[in-house]
Amino acid sequence: MTLELRSTRFRAERQEAWLRLERLLGRAERGGARELTDDELVSIPALYRSALSSLNTARAISLDQALIDYLEALCARAYVFVYGARARLGERVGRFFAHDWPAAVRALWPETLVAALAMLLGAALSYSLVSADPEWFYSVIPAEMAQGRTPAASTQELRATLYGQEDEEGRTGLGVFAAFLFTHNAQIAIGAFALGFAFGAPSVLLLVFNGAVLGAFVQLFVSRGLGGDVGGWLLIHGVTELWAVTLAGAAGMSIGRALAYPGRRTRLEAAADAGRRAGVVIAGVVVMLAVAGLLEGVGRQVVTSTPLRYAVAAATAVFWGAYFFRPGGSRG
Amino acid sequence: MPPSVPKRVRTMVTPEGVPLRWELGGASERAGAFLIDAAIILAVLTALVLALIRPILRTTLGAGTSADEAGLTLFLLAAFALRNLYFAGWELTPRAATPGKRVLGLRVAARDGGRLTAEAVFARNATRELEVWLPLSFLGAQAEAVDAWTALLGLAWSAVFLLFPLFNKDRLRAGDLIAGTWVVKAPRRRLLPDLAAERSDTALFGGATRPHFDFTPDQVDAYGVKELHVLEEVLRTRHASTLTEVAARIRTKIGWTAGAGDRDRDFLEAYYAALRRRLEGQLLFGRRRRDKHDQG
Repeated sequence: MTLELRSTRFRAERQEAWLRLERLLGRAERGGARELTDDELVSIPALYRSALSSLNTARAISLDQALIDYLEALCARAYVFVYGARARLGERVGRFFAHDWPAAVRALWPETLVAALAMLLGAALSYSLVSADPEWFYSVIPAEMAQGRTPAASTQELRATLYGQEDEEGRTGLGVFAAFLFTHNAQIAIGAFALGFAFGAPSVLLLVFNGAVLGAFVQLFVSRGLGGDVGGWLLIHGVTELWAVTLAGAAGMSIGRALAYPGRRTRLEAAADAGRRAGVVIAGVVVMLAVAGLLEGVGRQVVTSTPLRYAVAAATAVFWGAYFFRPGGSRG
Repeated sequence: MPPSVPKRVRTMVTPEGVPLRWELGGASERAGAFLIDAAIILAVLTALVLALIRPILRTTLGAGTSADEAGLTLFLLAAFALRNLYFAGWELTPRAATPGKRVLGLRVAARDGGRLTAEAVFARNATRELEVWLPLSFLGAQAEAVDAWTALLGLAWSAVFLLFPLFNKDRLRAGDLIAGTWVVKAPRRRLLPDLAAERSDTALFGGATRPHFDFTPDQVDAYGVKELHVLEEVLRTRHASTLTEVAARIRTKIGWTAGAGDRDRDFLEAYYAALRRRLEGQLLFGRRRRDKHDQG
């Protein structure tokens, strides 16, 4: 055995670089990119590419199966690192708010319109039903949600729920209330998104039902001459919250639409495109619902004058509108 | 090809133009990874509840101080974060895997071979609402709220999403489908020694040099690549009785008479090196002899 095999020589010349890549990856995977110095970080893509070219060569000249398996595994690991989701967090968050989120929301406008219409339809339907026969109120709104705000309550009691700080939920701290509302609503919004996978129909139903609850509530208060008051009570956070829920439903519908009508692309491609865009929207929806939770849990308990509540509602509407559709916002 | 050809291997071309073969994670491994993650989430939640039991109880009973309320707020937000951000958070790390996936050697990758984006990770995990919590909520639906048949129908309907990975060849979850991702196996492999290289560690042989074998060209021509890889596997597993058996079979096939001091392992290593030299030499001329029946 005097002459070395070509493939053995090939391996001897390069294995130092492979092992170096393996060590760097090991450290990077354990502690994240912070573990490595800048030089090391920069060297990973170069080492990855040379390992890939080694793999290519090895496939052509070597019959050492263990070597090829090793290189495939190493390249796969390096690939995941090099092409992984690795943008720095701050940068990523910055780009999300500056560009990705408003752009994704704008791209969803047809679905948003349909979602808003679905919710309005539900509201109008239940409003007219409840005005025709107040008994309908009980079928639309579950008792635990109504918390005494039913047609059986006196106008006085109803008024108190709009302004009293000692109402059912208000008894616990405002912070807890806000956190509860936020997590509850965000869960529903994420659910509306996920239901889009079932071709969007459950998302629409969720929106219609949400609208129906609203419609019944509003009708109850309007019938007691408290229409203006309930408007302020709802809209101070409702502008943000309903907008967010509409967007969540729209995101779900966009996935359903892509699955049902993929157009020229394959169904999988269309779904993946829609899913990623909807993912951006839904992440933003969670942020909106956090704001809505604060407005509902804290803002509404603190601001008890109806004109002021309307002012806050208008301000939030202007804010979100300007943010999503600001001129020049469609730039790269 | 190694003797056990893995199923569910997909080839994906990297942006550099090199095809990489990936083995997809199987349904059982995926389920196992999920169970590990679910157990971690449950454990953390339980620990949180235990740590914050006083504030939670006192606040829900309406007797909480503002410190207690802060505790409950913290709990609500932490539970929300665990439910919705645990998976996405881990999959955004360089490993692109949750702890459960790490244990089972799985990773998330983009199906098109491009970069795995944060929005894809977020989207693939937001659907867990549909796949996990929806079936759970139908399971836990109380008898008085909905009747049993409604709950059963709901469960069956939601099970479609839960069992989705079993019904497509790429083992895609609903979330994978809409995010354009899949879950691949990326186990760590060690760089094993080259069996055809000159031994540098004489310690193994007690200082003796490797015994010398001379094979005739005919003897080396007895086998192809497939047999070479089987032989490699045999040499690496070092199972004594298998070594003897394989050595005997090769000796018969090539008509080799064993010398007095011939050890099976030495013989096989020498034959492996000779065979590989021969086949790799042919490889350079563009000929890959698949197996012993392949006469070109």
